[in-house]
Amino acid sequence: MAADLFTHVLRQGDRALVLSHRLAQWITHAPTLEEDVALANISLDLLGQARHLFTYAGELEGEGHDEDHFAYWRDASEFRNPLLVEQPNGDFAVTIARQVFHDQAAVLYWESMSDSGDTTIAALAVRARNETAFHLQHSAGWLIRLGDGTDESRRRAQAAVDAMWPFTSELLGADDEGALRADGLIGESIESTWQVAVADILLEAGLERPTSIEQRTGGLHGAHSEHLEPLLHEMQGLARAHPGATW
Amino acid sequence: MSTVFPQWEVFVRARRGLDHQHAGSVHAPDGETALRAARDLFTRRQEGVSLWVVPSTEIVASDPADVDALFGPAADKAYRFPTNYDLPPDVDHM
Repeated sequence: MAADLFTHVLRQGDRALVLSHRLAQWITHAPTLEEDVALANISLDLLGQARHLFTYAGELEGEGHDEDHFAYWRDASEFRNPLLVEQPNGDFAVTIARQVFHDQAAVLYWESMSDSGDTTIAALAVRARNETAFHLQHSAGWLIRLGDGTDESRRRAQAAVDAMWPFTSELLGADDEGALRADGLIGESIESTWQVAVADILLEAGLERPTSIEQRTGGLHGAHSEHLEPLLHEMQGLARAHPGATW
Repeated sequence: MSTVFPQWEVFVRARRGLDHQHAGSVHAPDGETALRAARDLFTRRQEGVSLWVVPSTEIVASDPADVDALFGPAADKAYRFPTNYDLPPDVDHM
């Protein structure tokens, strides 16, 4: 079945929310105070994007659901985020590799959406593109330094790239959004541009680009890894224990 | 983490046409990383339109013990202030 615009917007909102929560888990654990603030800033930017996307998803759906409904009152099988963003933080290199793959895709995605036929998304894309461009500077900057740093940082950076690579194909678009593209609601495929840009970053970092690793998919259709459920349990616990509470 | 990154002094220009002002410092392994950290720490509420970072070790500072020798003598040199001079009546409103 072809995905409608609601599903597309929900996928983007879930991507931003789940990654936002993963990055928030670094707070007070980051390697330096400066990095703690940096990861928290990125997390908050993504949370802001998720809120706009969920609000719009609610309008498209037309069943009176607000942003909190999508964040707090759905179970794992109802989430439509790509598998990459729910993967655990691992060491700092894993978080950075995950972030580079995501940020490069996000920059290209928002660029491609700035002339979407949907004016709400096109307007959101302008701000999101600027935010994500800085996120990519941050993550790519670190991956290059880790890959080009000490033997230990290079070893960890390569292991992180290899571990996150199987989750990258889902970032580059869904297999059921062709009709949305034909209608001009979503932009051209970002896949080839992403491949070239990521290859450049890996080259500058002195890291090997994985080639023969099998891709894992399913998140965009609600088939998640075992890591999403514990994340949601943590994120949704308070809201579900105190329905309707405000603070 | 046991490694402590070098310290960088951060200067922020609040608006076009103003000077960069010292805002604080960050630790970072290199200048570009320091700039990004400074962006997050010192311009998150639209405080600036331009940033400089300078290695703290490159700053040569005056010694607090020299404060009398360096700055004290300026105190009794009234002729360095425009108010020390009587203006002719014709330019009274200069």
